[in-house]
Amino acid sequence: MLDKNTVIATRLFVVSIAMFGFGYALVPLYDVLCDVTGINGKSGDISLAEAVKLDVNNNRTVTVEFDTNVNNNMPWSFRVENSKLQVHPGEINEAVFIASNQTNQTMTGQAIPSVAPGVASLYFKKIECFCFTQQTLGPGESKRMPVKFVVKPEMPENIRMLTLSYTFFPVSSPAKPEPSHIVPSS
Amino acid sequence: MSEAVMHDIHHDHHPEGLRRWLFTTNHKDIGTLYLCFSLFMFFVGGAMAMVIRAELMAPGLQYVEPQFFNSMTTMHALIMVFGVVMPGTVGFANWLLPMMIGAPDMALPRMNNWSFWILPFAFTLLLLTLFLPSGGPAGGWTMYPPLMLQTETAFPFVIFAVHFMGVSSIMGAINIIATILNMRAPGMKLMKMPLFVWTWLITAFLLVASIPVLAGAVTMLLTDKFFGTSFFDAAGGGDPVLFQHVFWFFGHPEVYILILPAFGIISQVIPTFARKPLFGYASMVYATCSIAFLSFLVWAHHMFTVGMPLAAELFFMYATMSIAVPTGVKIFNWLATMWRGEMTFETPMLFAVAFVMLFTVGGFSGLMLGIAPVDFQYHDTYFVVAHFHYVLVTGAVFAMMSGVYYWLPKWTGHMYDETLGKLHFWLSVVSVNVLFFPQHFLGLAGMPRRIPDYSTQFAEWNAISSMGGFVFGASQLILLWVIIKCVRGGEKATNQVWEGASGLEWTLSSPPPYHSFVTPPTIEDVTSHS
Repeated sequence: MLDKNTVIATRLFVVSIAMFGFGYALVPLYDVLCDVTGINGKSGDISLAEAVKLDVNNNRTVTVEFDTNVNNNMPWSFRVENSKLQVHPGEINEAVFIASNQTNQTMTGQAIPSVAPGVASLYFKKIECFCFTQQTLGPGESKRMPVKFVVKPEMPENIRMLTLSYTFFPVSSPAKPEPSHIVPSS
Repeated sequence: MSEAVMHDIHHDHHPEGLRRWLFTTNHKDIGTLYLCFSLFMFFVGGAMAMVIRAELMAPGLQYVEPQFFNSMTTMHALIMVFGVVMPGTVGFANWLLPMMIGAPDMALPRMNNWSFWILPFAFTLLLLTLFLPSGGPAGGWTMYPPLMLQTETAFPFVIFAVHFMGVSSIMGAINIIATILNMRAPGMKLMKMPLFVWTWLITAFLLVASIPVLAGAVTMLLTDKFFGTSFFDAAGGGDPVLFQHVFWFFGHPEVYILILPAFGIISQVIPTFARKPLFGYASMVYATCSIAFLSFLVWAHHMFTVGMPLAAELFFMYATMSIAVPTGVKIFNWLATMWRGEMTFETPMLFAVAFVMLFTVGGFSGLMLGIAPVDFQYHDTYFVVAHFHYVLVTGAVFAMMSGVYYWLPKWTGHMYDETLGKLHFWLSVVSVNVLFFPQHFLGLAGMPRRIPDYSTQFAEWNAISSMGGFVFGASQLILLWVIIKCVRGGEKATNQVWEGASGLEWTLSSPPPYHSFVTPPTIEDVTSHS
């Protein structure tokens, strides 16, 4: 009798440990799901070589709005030169963002992008972005940071306007591992 | 445990006083410990609810600081979920499962002792946080980051308390599964088991599968706060919404962990007092299984407003609504059991009938919340509070009260005071509706949950709700008195206790012997449903 009980108990302990692991497995699963479906405005990136190969559709104009935010704990100012651009799907565009460190010490920040509406994020691709890496600014330093992007021509016709929003977060320790879904996977 | 103590137990003697309770491996002792613990925490959590209702009696800030108010709502929820309903139903399981399946004790008695004795430590850790200078946790029992990560000194206490509660429940669940699968008396086939045993078997599987996910989620919170990971920190590439997904992947099965044992209790009580076998036994078993299965597929209905794609909203909406089918099967089976039965209304039956009606109210408001487009209005309002209090208070807690009155004569050997029991019931059932029904209106009118102050338009219904709350809280003292009185003495209970009761536990003496079935009983003539 004791043997039978030990067998069941052992099996169930293994199941519960596996479910603990499953909780952690939900993390990469969630990232993959978000990348594939574009949920949460997690937009992807594209290489320059690929971007120039896209057909430019000059008959269609899409408005891209830019939005800048800083986290509560981030004493930087952060703005964009032009708050909106009219772009043609397939053409390579550039927007310039300006961040300045308003403290008297060197600080590192990370910008997190988000695209709305969510469905549009599948078609909004960045070629070059300050959000790919962490940004370090000296005391009082300002920095002009360009973003090169392309709107893919396959984007559904009903989307005439989309918003690219960035939030700058402080990076507590520079040794922090870089976020996997922002760094282009080569 | 030493050889000597083992030897003692085999001869039906056991250490006396504190040592008996500390070292006990007996399922009845441990069941009693669980039930007493649950009752004690019921009053602790209830006192916090009284603070909440006192503050909400009128608009403006009256008695407590907003931070303390929020820690009251947080602690009230954690205590009622993990400290009252879960240990309470485990207490029922410990007392009753071996007696119902014809076993001498639980399968893993020493683990049983552990799984109980972890709990007082877990809740001491949790309650201690109220005495910290920075106060207790105030980020809600759902512990959403980034708010939860702002918790100060209390944070690690809460996380470790949740870990301990989880370990306790998992061990309890493993024990229950092992007992039910291995310890049944010859002839007690799976489809002959009383429904309470079935619902607990399924609940135990839910526990083993979902509690570890909660443990994972809170561990991620812990490492985010102290060890520089960024699971939920956007700056490091994480996502706070991910926490909601992981939490509710646990959280939705959890609500069935709370309610399935209650279904089991009601399925024992109603046939007894309707003097008819349970209608649709097999469909009850299948309905319970399908509820358990579906519970893993509907978690995102707690987060319709978080910004999901349309396809996901629709999937979770339809999956959620489909749970109404097996739940409806259960309600109809209980009604059909009562139909043309020779019903009498002793206190357990009163609570059971109230359960069927009021749980259905909670089920319907759940359906309303499950409709994604309208949930955008109801989300995070008092409508949600009204909904889950209907399913948990008039659902799970009423079922437990029904069970206490039903089995108390069996456990103690004395009949409880029927007049006091009925008084307790009528005061509770009236006041609980005065307490929670107006909260539906408040929610539909737009009153958000988890706030200490509110717009004056909500004043009247809040005042009425608070009155109901105070009466409901005070009525529970009657329950305490009934239990104390019944333990101390009273009319001697017969073995069967209730005229219509059938099942193995009613063949034993009242109170039953320390070891239930030393020789396995014969099953054929005592099963309730065939």
